[in-house]
Amino acid sequence: MLSINNLHVSVADKPILKGLTLEVPAGEVHAVMGPNGAGKSTLGYSLSGRPGYEVTAGSASWNGQDLLGLDPAERAAAGVFLSFQYPMEIPGVPAMTFIRTALNAQKRARGEEEVSAPAFLKQVKAASQALKMDFDMLKRPLNVGFSGGEKKRMEILQMALLEPSLLILDETDSGLDIDALRIVSEGVNALRRADRSMLVITHYQRLLDYIKPDKVHVLAAGRIVASGGPELAHELEAEGYDKFLPTAA
Amino acid sequence: MNAVQIDLKNAETFPSRRTETWKYSDLKRWLREAPEPSGPVAVSGEGPFATLGGEALAFANGRATGADAFVASGVQTLRLRFVSDAVNTGHTASVRIAARAGAKLLLLESHEGAGSAYVAHNRVELDVPAGAEVTRVVLVDEPEDAISVTNAVVRVEAGGLYRQTIVTTGAKLQRLETQVSHGAEGADVRLDGLYLLKGSRHADLTSVVDHLAADGTTSQLTKGVVHDTARGVFQGKIIVERGADGTDARMGHHALIAGERGEVDAKPELIIYADDVQCAHGNTVGTLDESALFYIQQRGIPADEARALLTQAFLIEVVDRIEDEAAREVVRAWLTARL
Repeated sequence: MLSINNLHVSVADKPILKGLTLEVPAGEVHAVMGPNGAGKSTLGYSLSGRPGYEVTAGSASWNGQDLLGLDPAERAAAGVFLSFQYPMEIPGVPAMTFIRTALNAQKRARGEEEVSAPAFLKQVKAASQALKMDFDMLKRPLNVGFSGGEKKRMEILQMALLEPSLLILDETDSGLDIDALRIVSEGVNALRRADRSMLVITHYQRLLDYIKPDKVHVLAAGRIVASGGPELAHELEAEGYDKFLPTAA
Repeated sequence: MNAVQIDLKNAETFPSRRTETWKYSDLKRWLREAPEPSGPVAVSGEGPFATLGGEALAFANGRATGADAFVASGVQTLRLRFVSDAVNTGHTASVRIAARAGAKLLLLESHEGAGSAYVAHNRVELDVPAGAEVTRVVLVDEPEDAISVTNAVVRVEAGGLYRQTIVTTGAKLQRLETQVSHGAEGADVRLDGLYLLKGSRHADLTSVVDHLAADGTTSQLTKGVVHDTARGVFQGKIIVERGADGTDARMGHHALIAGERGEVDAKPELIIYADDVQCAHGNTVGTLDESALFYIQQRGIPADEARALLTQAFLIEVVDRIEDEAAREVVRAWLTARL
């Protein structure tokens, strides 16, 4: 279970999250929706430990393990995966080499045996086929010159191979056309598991037609201001975020 | 293109920052007096290029352990080793290498330093005649308190082919100088460099390429990363003489400053007296991309490893340009072990 309690986070001394409380039980998919500037990306970065996102109060734990005291790589080894809204291009590092380096670093951190090159190759081939990815893309430098859809597919491929237990999807639908959105969503849905939790961060309801959440939370001005079932997403789509925004004094 | 002639026995010949071409590498500041001469020392091992075999020329504290000259014919590999093992003393080595017309020489040069606070001065003369092909790959591995100056004078005649890659981790003050007289008329020169500097190390890659006639090409790529308080210097000068029309010269220098107090000084120069030439230079100095670093760490790769990965990805382009596969792989492994 992901358990966030009264989380306060500042960026460059400016408070962004102001007492965020949220729980995602194992096996559930929760959506966090909110207007621009509500702190959605900050939530993903804070949980994954990005430098510059300073936690000033509160706690966040995953399966009972405190996350906030760990560095980003340790959090990854503990199962946290943040799918970036804009995945980075890493010139000079072939995608396949990158993923295997990451997988083995995580395994080392957990005291597990590393995966051999031939065994990994087999896993990559199967996973890339499932996502309808051209295998040659994996030999190219990670994300360099990839389209928006290809980058997102590469994120899903990394999830499938790294097998995180807590997935945080930050605006995964941005920059995707309907076909890419469907393929990426199918990839995410295939990863649903009883011992895996997902936090789907999105501005638009559209993504939730493909990735069906168990619960929807509204994030506004740094706090969760409403929670409900999937119908809440449709309500937001129809009525907008206005009623959740702080009224001007 | 008269370079400063250094004589280790005479402190008056040591350039200071007041000499324009030495302004970033103030030898006089670190070396006020002529050092005492280094004693003899035995050469051990076979050097970093041992696995590539071939012939070997070795200098130990400046003294030739065998021949001090080499003439290549046919297809040959020569390992040229400058071994320094001295404390607070200085030595000079001079070597002359030539290729015969039609020869294909792979010159694998290593600077292998042990001991401390020594001063090494190396002079290499290299002749590349028409129809010859010489590839010089240099690995420089010296103690952090050593001082060294290496000056290579390369004559590439019309129709010759010369490729050079220098890879160094620097020293207290280290200058690796290459002067190329470019005979053009089809002669092709590639002059690459790579510096990876930690602590307070200093490396200066200086080159002068003089295009003496028409239709010569020069391609130059130097990349560097400086950590901590290290300092990298790149001075690249390409001169296109009157009448050297049709010259194609390209120079690139790109560096990353990975430590908050690191420094990179770059001085690219194109001096053109001819018409109808294609010359270009690019120079960039940046820092490691923090967003990329976080992305890599988020996937489970610890911070130090993430930095090394980005550093290697940045530098490896220079290594990839080494055509000889066996030499390239030795350099790749050498570099990876030092990231």
